[in-house]
Amino acid sequence: MTVTAAPPPRRRTDLRTALAYLILTVGVILTLFPFAWMLLTSLKSFQELFNLAFLPADPTLDNYRQVLTETRFLQWFGNSLLVATVTTLSVLFFDSLVGYTLAKFDFPGKSLIFILILSTLMIPTEMLVVPWFVGVSDLGLTRSVPGAYFAIMFPGLISAFGVFLMRQFFESLPDDLLEAARIDGMHEFGIFWRVALPLVRPALASLAIFTFLGNWNAFLWPLIVIQQPQFRTLPVGTALFNGEAGTQWGLIMAASSLAVIPVLLVFAFFQRQIIEGIVLTGMKG
Amino acid sequence: MATTSKLRGGRPAARAPARTGSLRRHQIRTAYTFLLVPLLFFLVVRFIPTLMSLRLSLFDWNILREQQPFVGLENYRTLLEDGRFGQALRNTALYTLIGVPVQVALGLGIALLLGRVRALRGLYRALYFAPYVTPIVAAAWVWQWVFSPQFGPVNTFLGWLHLPAQPFLTSPGQALPTTAALVVWQNLGFQVVLFLAGLAAIPRVYYEAAEIDGASGAQAFRKITLPLLNPTIVFSVVTGTIAYLQLFTQVVNLNFTDQGGPLGSTMTVALYIYQLAFGRYQMGYASAVTVVLFLIILLITLLQLRFLTRRYDA
Repeated sequence: MTVTAAPPPRRRTDLRTALAYLILTVGVILTLFPFAWMLLTSLKSFQELFNLAFLPADPTLDNYRQVLTETRFLQWFGNSLLVATVTTLSVLFFDSLVGYTLAKFDFPGKSLIFILILSTLMIPTEMLVVPWFVGVSDLGLTRSVPGAYFAIMFPGLISAFGVFLMRQFFESLPDDLLEAARIDGMHEFGIFWRVALPLVRPALASLAIFTFLGNWNAFLWPLIVIQQPQFRTLPVGTALFNGEAGTQWGLIMAASSLAVIPVLLVFAFFQRQIIEGIVLTGMKG
Repeated sequence: MATTSKLRGGRPAARAPARTGSLRRHQIRTAYTFLLVPLLFFLVVRFIPTLMSLRLSLFDWNILREQQPFVGLENYRTLLEDGRFGQALRNTALYTLIGVPVQVALGLGIALLLGRVRALRGLYRALYFAPYVTPIVAAAWVWQWVFSPQFGPVNTFLGWLHLPAQPFLTSPGQALPTTAALVVWQNLGFQVVLFLAGLAAIPRVYYEAAEIDGASGAQAFRKITLPLLNPTIVFSVVTGTIAYLQLFTQVVNLNFTDQGGPLGSTMTVALYIYQLAFGRYQMGYASAVTVVLFLIILLITLLQLRFLTRRYDA
C-alpha cells in the first residue's frame, strides 16, 4: 500500500518567507538608519549641517581633525580602555574562581553564599553611590594617579552576573578530569588554573565581552567620582563635551562615530562568542 | 533567575562516604580560601554600603556640613509630599510599562521571523545587535539629532508624507515616548538573540507531533512555543524591568542642558536621586529615595517571579 503525502502548499510558504524577509529588511533599515545618519552628518561641513540633504555634498574630515586635535578625546579613549581592560581581567579571574568553587566543591553554606551573591543584583547602583562617594572622599583617592583610576574601577572588579555565568559553565565540566588531576597530586589552585579554566574558554570570552562593554559604557558612577578632567572616561568626557560644545553637531557626530566604530569592529570580530554567551545565560536563567 | 541545578550545600545523601574525613576537610578549607577575597569584596562594596544607605536615610545628611542631625523618618515623610518625586515615580512606571512589553514583543516577533528564513540569518542577527554594543552616550546624541524638530530626518520624512512636523523631545507629551524608543532600539538586538536561543531549545519533536495531530500554526504557537518559552520570557521581563526602573544614562544625555526634559517630563527616579545627592548634596534625603527604589525593585521582582514562572510538564 503506497501512501503519498499531499505535496505541501508551496506557494503559500514562499509567500510567507518573502513577507518575513520584507519585514526583517524594513526592520534592519530602521535599526541602522541612525548609524548612517551619524556617519553622514560627521562628514558634513558646518555650512552644510542644516540643509537636509541626506548625502554630504562636499564630504570633509575636518570634524574628525578637530575632535582629535582640539579636544581631549584621545585621553578619554585611553582612560576608558585602561579602566575597562583592568576591570575585565579582574572579573575574569575572580568570577571564574568563585563560579568554579560554587560548582565543584561541597562545603557548608554553599547555597547561602550563592544566593547572597545573586541577591546583590537587585540592589540598585543608585543606592550604593552615596556611601561609595563618602568612602572614596574619606580616603582621598580622587587626586592621585593610581587612586583615581582605582576609585572609578573598584565597584566592578567582581561581578555577581559573572559568578552566575561561570558557575553554569563549570557545572557542565565532568568531575573525572579534576579527580584525575587530584590523584596526580596537583594542588587545588593548579587544577583550577591549568585544568578547569582552559576548558571554559568560550565562557571566558563571552564574560570578557559583556564586562568590557558594561564598563566601556559605565556612566553614573564615573560621572560622580571623577573630579579632574584628565581622568574622564569616554562617556563622561563626551557627555560634558556636549554641554560645552553646545550645538556643534558636526563635532558631536564625529566624536560619536569615533566612539562607536571600534566597538562595532570588536563586535564583528567576536560576534559568535557574544551570542553564545547570551544563549547560555538566557537558556538556563 | 532561579537555577535548576542542585542548590543544596552539604553532601548529597546519595553519595557514599568514599572520601576520608581529612580529604573532605581539605576540600572545605580550599573552598573557603578561594571564596575569601570575593566574599570580602561583596561585603565591603555591596552589603555594607546598602546598610549605610539605610542609615543615612534617617539623617539630614549633607557632605558639605559639619553637623549631620538625626531626623528619624522625616525624610520619608517629606517624600510623600514631594511632587517631583511623584512625577519621577510616575515617569519611571511609564517607561517600564511602555518599554518592557514593546521590547519583549518586538524581540520575540523578530526572532520568530528569523526562524522562518535560512539565508542571511546570521547577518540580520548581527545587524539588529549593532545598537546594543553602541556607547549609550553617542546613541543618545544621534537620537537627539535624528528627532530634532527642525533639522531631523524623521520630520523630513513626515513632511514627504504631508504629515505635520512633530516636536518630539521638546514637548512634555512626546519626550518620554521618544526616550523610551531609544532604550527599546538599544535593547532590541539583545532581546532578539535571547529569544532565538529560547526558540532553538524547543525540541522539534513537539512541532512534528502537533503537525500530525493537524494543529494549525497558531495553535502550535499557543500550546507549544509560548509555554516552553516561558523561562526565557520571565528572564527577559525580570531583567528588563530591573533595568528600566534604574533608567538614567539615556535620559541625562538626551537633555544634558535641561536634565529631566521639558517640565520634568522625562525625569526618572534614578536621575532625581542623582540631582538630590550630587546637585544639592541632600544625601540623607537622596538615600531615602534610594531605599524606596530598592523596595520597589525587590517587590516587583519577587511578584514577577511568583506570577510569571509556570511549571510545564512536557
